[in-house]
Amino acid sequence: MPEMTPVLDPGPDAALHERDEIILSAQNITKVFPGTVALEDVTFNVYKGKVNVLIGENGAGKSTLMKILAGVERPTHGKILLDRREIHPHSPLDANRLGIGIIYQELNLCLNLSVVDNIFLAREITRNGLLAQRSQKQRARELITRLEQKIDPDVKVSDLRIGEQQIVEIAKALAQDVRILIMDEPTSALSVAEVEVLFRVIRELKSHGVAIIYISHKLEELLQIGDHITILRDGHKVAEEEAKNVKVSWMIEKMVGRNPATLFIRKERLLGDVLLKVEDLTLPRLGGGYALDHISFELRQGEILGFYGLMGAGRSDLVDCLAGARPQATGKIWLMGTPVATAQSIADRIWCGFVLIPEDRQQFGLVQPLSVMDNMLLASLQNYLRGVFLVRKQENAAAEQQIRELSIRVANPRQPITALSGGNQQKVVVAKGLLTHPKVLLLDEPTRGIDVGAKSEISEIMSKLAAQKYGVIFISSELKEILAMSDRILVMSKGAITGEFPHQEATEEKLVAASAIGHGLSTNGDNHHGTRN
Amino acid sequence: MEHETNINSIQLKKRRSITKTDVQQFLLRGRAFIALILVMIVFSSMTPQFLATENLVIMSKHVALNALLAIGMTFVILTGGIDLSVGSIVGMIAMISGGLINQGINLPQWGIIIYPHTWMIILISLVLGALTGALTGFVITRFNVAPFIATLGMYYVARGVAGLRNDGYTFPNLVGRPEYGNTGFGVLGAGTFLGINYTIWLMALFMVVAYIVITRTPFGRHVYAIGGNERAAELSGVRVARTKIIVYSISGFCSALVGLIWASQLLSAHPASGEAAELTAIAAVVLGGTSLAGGRGSIGGTLIGAFVIGFLNDGLVMMGVSSFWQRVIKGAVIVLAVIVDQVQARMQEQIALQKQQEIK
Repeated sequence: MPEMTPVLDPGPDAALHERDEIILSAQNITKVFPGTVALEDVTFNVYKGKVNVLIGENGAGKSTLMKILAGVERPTHGKILLDRREIHPHSPLDANRLGIGIIYQELNLCLNLSVVDNIFLAREITRNGLLAQRSQKQRARELITRLEQKIDPDVKVSDLRIGEQQIVEIAKALAQDVRILIMDEPTSALSVAEVEVLFRVIRELKSHGVAIIYISHKLEELLQIGDHITILRDGHKVAEEEAKNVKVSWMIEKMVGRNPATLFIRKERLLGDVLLKVEDLTLPRLGGGYALDHISFELRQGEILGFYGLMGAGRSDLVDCLAGARPQATGKIWLMGTPVATAQSIADRIWCGFVLIPEDRQQFGLVQPLSVMDNMLLASLQNYLRGVFLVRKQENAAAEQQIRELSIRVANPRQPITALSGGNQQKVVVAKGLLTHPKVLLLDEPTRGIDVGAKSEISEIMSKLAAQKYGVIFISSELKEILAMSDRILVMSKGAITGEFPHQEATEEKLVAASAIGHGLSTNGDNHHGTRN
Repeated sequence: MEHETNINSIQLKKRRSITKTDVQQFLLRGRAFIALILVMIVFSSMTPQFLATENLVIMSKHVALNALLAIGMTFVILTGGIDLSVGSIVGMIAMISGGLINQGINLPQWGIIIYPHTWMIILISLVLGALTGALTGFVITRFNVAPFIATLGMYYVARGVAGLRNDGYTFPNLVGRPEYGNTGFGVLGAGTFLGINYTIWLMALFMVVAYIVITRTPFGRHVYAIGGNERAAELSGVRVARTKIIVYSISGFCSALVGLIWASQLLSAHPASGEAAELTAIAAVVLGGTSLAGGRGSIGGTLIGAFVIGFLNDGLVMMGVSSFWQRVIKGAVIVLAVIVDQVQARMQEQIALQKQQEIK
């Protein structure tokens, strides 16, 4: 499948031999927050017409640096030069006027507005003080066409898939005619085909001299698209190199300061008896068709079963059903040979031994105003009772045991959950699940949006749990990770299982091919959303 | 064990170095209490009899009714809801209990009238109040109606029922008759223990029970979790609908108790009893630092909030401030309290950010 690994067109490569022109330069930036130094003496050069990649673990200072460039934060020391002139962007709008645009990692769209309204929000095209709706729509259509998408500009953003929303976000940035475009994890919600399109757009922008600052955790992707790579660690710049000279392993080593070969280790385990059996699990979709189309599979004790697929393939629906979050699902489920009632609440399913670690940590995993400990114990409070009262000693013991076992980095279990980094928050959510003493662990993209070091730790935790005879169902969109971690991989597409591969037989090509079944995905990487026509 | 000592040593280290932000945090956290002390200082300097024991007891008696409503309201607001129906339930229960005393339960098909015992009347009233709240909670959870709307509906319905019960007239002279065994209703409002009114004891009792429930039981934790992130709570196995129904029942129960006390204190039940009481209760809760968005707040804060409002009210009356100015001042104090609340939330966020980076 040659279209999955596009070859860089030789033009820009040849251009690298000339001295690249620096358009934006952040020099000796130090940013001190009360009590801590987020960035220390970091110099970051942005080259005109290049993709300037910035990588580092969560908390390394990438976001702070981007916020400084985008005018959200101001540096404590250091200066920013744009075309060799010092600038002081005081607000995002200010930076925008200077030609600096940013696409944030979290989608910043108003779900209640249409695609056009979002693209031109706060920059509406007006005629005599009234919205020039026709020209806005015209322009929006041009932008969407440029992104090779078929999204109706009048459709409400809430009706779009996450991948399509991401495209709208990108169109919004393109509408601003920026000279420097910051992209913070733009591909985290995109399918392979959509990533291809995005990369084509990026190359086109480059040829027009737009400088791209590109942040991502997907390292292979960076080597495909990047020109210059800058690596931050703990607020310091640790390396700067041209992309053509580096390898993934080098990047990881610089980011985490250790050997990447130790990141994902899968230990051979003896699998036990059948733990979970699912037969004909079906979930109808609103407006016809199936979100889950007669799914059947088995999970054995101590097995890590990976689910791969594109966005919207039904993987999340599947784990939601197993967790009891979709009461309208039908089908049969057996847990250790005992039938499980289909129409059960989430609480009942937790009691049975299912527990879900949801995909969206902020929205579904955490109760933000509560402390680390209260979050961790929320699902298992009945275990710390004497009579009807909670016993603080037992609560503390349970929390501290989990903090130790999962090596969660906290100063104090009573500190707010929001004070933890993404990886540690995720570990708290995992701990919450483990404290319910589950038999089947449902992990929906457990490593999404956390840094390499934390990913490795989560994978270690999964291995450890499998070794303790838990059954682990694990969803991931990252091929490398799912190949490395799973004992067996099931691929889903359009709500059905389209491929099954034991660890030894699975390859990236096979998974990608199986995930495209039923999409009529043509070889030129056409988009695949179902709302065409 | 090793770990525990580790944590303790961290906390000890914290305690040793008190920084400026610590002091600011302390002042902001204790703001309701500081406001209470300020109110007391201001009024006692202007009207010397303000701090007299007798006056304090009378004021506490006034505070108690609002505090009881505010306790129920705290549960509701902590889940991210609101209860606009409490004042109307006060009126409805006052009328129902008054009717039970003066008219009994009339069963014409058997040609009898049952006069329940006073204890029975109190029990019936409390159960009715809780059921009314449960009904609101059921509507909210079963039909996905916004709490504001559902309780607004109950606000009208309950007030209407209060009027219907006796065609808009009061039930006067609720003393009962010895031959029916329904005397003694007035004791609830007028009786004292150790020289302190039952109403104040009830407030204290409810405060303690509510405090324990909210801090020491899974139910209390669930209330906070639902207000903080309902979906996450549900995915953690919290039975959200059940918890919410209980929460509105608690609010209804508290309202019914206040309705009973109200009727008992006056020895008459008026259909307009408790009008606008919901707003004063909400004000006390908010003043006590509970976030209207849910998930943040405390029972202790609510108690102090109720006292601030009550003392402010009575103090201004004693000083002879015009009732129009009283409203202006109360309104300003409430908004000011919420502004301070927001400032504190922002500071807390910053501190969280700092800690996050310290850990790294």
